[in-house]
Amino acid sequence: MDFNFTAEQEMLRDSVARYFGDHYAFPQRQAVIRSAGGWRPGFWRGLADDVGILGAPFDEAMGGLGGGAVESMIVMEEIGKALVIEPYLDTVVIGGGLLRRCGTRRASELIGGIIAGEVRLAFAHLEPSSRFDLANVSTSAVQDGGTWRISGLKDAVRSAPFATHLLVNARVSGKSGDRAGLSTFLVAAGASGLSSREYPTVDGSRAADLKFEGAPAELLGPAAQGLDALEAAVDEGVVALCAEAVGVMRRLLADTVEYTKQRRQFDAPIAANQALQHRMVDMYMALEQSISMTYMATLKLDRPALERKRAVSLAKVQVGKAAKFVGQSAIQLHGGMGMTNELAISHYFKRATMIESELGSVDHHAARIEQCDAAA
Amino acid sequence: MQLEFTPEERAFRAEVRTFIADHYPADVRAKQDRGLELGKEDILSWHRIVAKKGWSVPAWPVEYGGTGWSATQRHIWAEELQRADTVPIIAFSTNLVGPVIYTFGTPEQKARFLPRIVAGDDWWCQGYSEPGAGSDLASLQTRAAREGDHYIVNGQKTWTTLAQHADWGFFLVRTDPSARKQAGISFLLIDMKSPGVTVRPIITLDGAHEVNEVWLENVKVPVANRVHEENKGWTCAKMLLAHERSGIALVAHSKVALGRLRKLAAATGQPGCRLADDPIFRRKLTEIDVELTALEYTELRFLAAESAGKAPGVEVSMLKIRGTEIHQRINELTLEALGSHASLRVSRATAHASGPDAVAAPGAVGIADTYFNMRKLSIFGGSNEIQRNILAKAVLGL
Ligand SMILES: Cc1cc2nc3c(=O)[nH]c(=O)nc-3n(C[C@H](O)[C@H](O)[C@H](O)COP(=O)(O)OP(=O)(O)OC[C@H]3O[C@@H](n4cnc5c(N)ncnc54)[C@H](O)[C@@H]3O)c2cc1C
Ligand SMILES: Cc1cc2nc3c(=O)[nH]c(=O)nc-3n(C[C@H](O)[C@H](O)[C@H](O)COP(=O)(O)OP(=O)(O)OC[C@H]3O[C@@H](n4cnc5c(N)ncnc54)[C@H](O)[C@@H]3O)c2cc1C
Repeated sequence: MDFNFTAEQEMLRDSVARYFGDHYAFPQRQAVIRSAGGWRPGFWRGLADDVGILGAPFDEAMGGLGGGAVESMIVMEEIGKALVIEPYLDTVVIGGGLLRRCGTRRASELIGGIIAGEVRLAFAHLEPSSRFDLANVSTSAVQDGGTWRISGLKDAVRSAPFATHLLVNARVSGKSGDRAGLSTFLVAAGASGLSSREYPTVDGSRAADLKFEGAPAELLGPAAQGLDALEAAVDEGVVALCAEAVGVMRRLLADTVEYTKQRRQFDAPIAANQALQHRMVDMYMALEQSISMTYMATLKLDRPALERKRAVSLAKVQVGKAAKFVGQSAIQLHGGMGMTNELAISHYFKRATMIESELGSVDHHAARIEQCDAAA
Repeated sequence: MQLEFTPEERAFRAEVRTFIADHYPADVRAKQDRGLELGKEDILSWHRIVAKKGWSVPAWPVEYGGTGWSATQRHIWAEELQRADTVPIIAFSTNLVGPVIYTFGTPEQKARFLPRIVAGDDWWCQGYSEPGAGSDLASLQTRAAREGDHYIVNGQKTWTTLAQHADWGFFLVRTDPSARKQAGISFLLIDMKSPGVTVRPIITLDGAHEVNEVWLENVKVPVANRVHEENKGWTCAKMLLAHERSGIALVAHSKVALGRLRKLAAATGQPGCRLADDPIFRRKLTEIDVELTALEYTELRFLAAESAGKAPGVEVSMLKIRGTEIHQRINELTLEALGSHASLRVSRATAHASGPDAVAAPGAVGIADTYFNMRKLSIFGGSNEIQRNILAKAVLGL
């Protein structure tokens, strides 16, 4: 049992932190998210060329750094600390995770493209009535001559406006809710038969509602491979999101502690009030418990499915609750200043709030824990 | 990073688990199973069995009887004791006074007291708190005046756990009333049979006799029984705060309690609509399971840091806060699961009676009292508010 990072992992963290420190200061970020494109291709290129982290979790045989879930965790935590909006989770963690499981030559080629910074993915999975259930997919894929064609609606697809390709989960058989009959397809951004309504998200990123009307697609894995691979890849995404939340919460707590020490009312720093001190201790404990759960779930990603799912959901419940508590407390303790759009704190709060329900809310994951217990 | 314990550590766990299973006294287990009150001899008998094996003071230096175990081994041992729901190894002697004596005591004090603590020959109680000195312990008033090679001690201690069993007590007393609070305190070992020592029971809300008032009236204590220098008692008291914390988070203890609660919920209510099937109750169990798992891995993180040479700091206050809150929550849910059966108060001794004296829900006997009793967890050992003050200051720099 060991929760220490290796020297290489510490170096990875340092170099990522330094790169974000140099290129992702809060004012820079705000300028970028307000810009027309909403992201920075040059920054993404730097992730490939300067820090080389786009290959962090991939095998060396594929051109990656030979890391794994721990490396993704490290990068994602730094992403959380800097509020990076570029699609690392979608491209490297979830997209990369799905591609690794496809096992085809085409998939390896795409992984090479990810590592080089040329392929950026969005994960087009959920539909207007899916809620959080991965099996609730009715988008269909039919074979037309040699070409697969996709039809259906995927909504609120994060990072779609930044993506070169979309990973689309569609049905080759069965009906929405069935575990069988799902396959993963690749659709090029701008493909014929694909229309997109793009919009900014409240936490500074961009998303799109995607309408597929016979859009041409490449089948990536086995046809009708079902949910297992998808669930495994999404679980990696959930844990990565937990790590991002940890980074976000670290900043929420640190900024709040700092602010309450500086802000004076009643002739004393407001941090002198025990009510606020205890609130901040509770924030600290919620954060520490979240760190522990993120480690635990990261290290259990390779366990058998039932154990993995339970571990991941335990972590997401903890992190979802903590994100709410730490975020709300941070705003409260900043008083009126917490309500402004000017301070970084409110942007960390918005990201924390969106993470609560991204890839499954607290209630969704609590129910999944109970399903695992019933099946055990 | 990795979650698994090493093969050696797993073998060690198997070894201690087998030892406990093979040697735990059957009569004590039977009393526990029936919810009967445990006496001094019950607790000491287990301590002596463990001492014979050489494991009663694992955290001590080897020269005084310690095992030389790693932090992880000590953790495993504490966890297995909790898992097996044994009576405790007497903490007041092994975790509290023993380390003070081997750290600050004279060679004579070490030779006289330590072997008897290790063996479980003496029962020790802790005389710190006073009616006017609780959280603010340094405001204590019990006075020890020097007369030749004796101190004459006068004052009142309170909340003294199981002083009715005690052969010896370790006391914080004021030796210099003119010095500032912490500065005038000394650490004395007092023979509880000394003339002038009176132990009076305090009955707690669950009806138990667990704590006492200890009155000290002109008690003559040899100066040779003072540990460390005069007026340096606070140093001894502070040293204890940093001592052995294995098991403080009560994780294994709470897992056992949660396991029992799950069984209870699965057996409560009509077949087909058991309490365990009730989505609302089930969600409460899920939520506490999440909190308990988070605490478990937090404790393991501290342990890993300690194994890597980073001694745990005040952060362990978090283990105390979360551990007690979670344990209390499980007690609370157990009470909730019992519904109106929880109101049953019959003596534990008759809980399992048969015939006309039989009670309908013997499993409910004592549960409410346990719930009431366990409210103490967040009060003693530094209340949870005091622990939050410590974290605010030392970790957050507030
Ligand atoms: C949306 C909005 C609209 C507003 N509209 C108006 C308006 O129209 N007119 C107007 O005059 N004002 C207005 N206000 C200001 C509002 O009254 C103040 O925000 C409020 O009084 C708190 O003061 P503060 O923001 O300076 O926070 P601070 O006083 O700096 O407090 C920061 C944090 O410290 C806590 N705190 C401070 N002192 C103590 C203490 N002694 N003990 C414990 N905790 C303490 C606070 O509870 C808070 O959590 C508005 C504020 C907002 C957010
Ligand atoms: C079952 C039991 C067994 C015990 N056994 C022993 C024993 O063997 N030996 C021994 O010496 N003592 C023992 N104690 C005493 C225990 O250590 C004290 O109860 C504890 O230190 C709290 O002191 P108090 O009861 O005087 O409460 P107080 O200090 O009066 O506190 C009352 C409340 O105020 C809060 N409070 C106090 N100060 C602050 C502050 N600065 N900030 C915020 N909140 C504060 C406390 O958290 C608590 O909620 C025992 C207590 C119990 C309940």
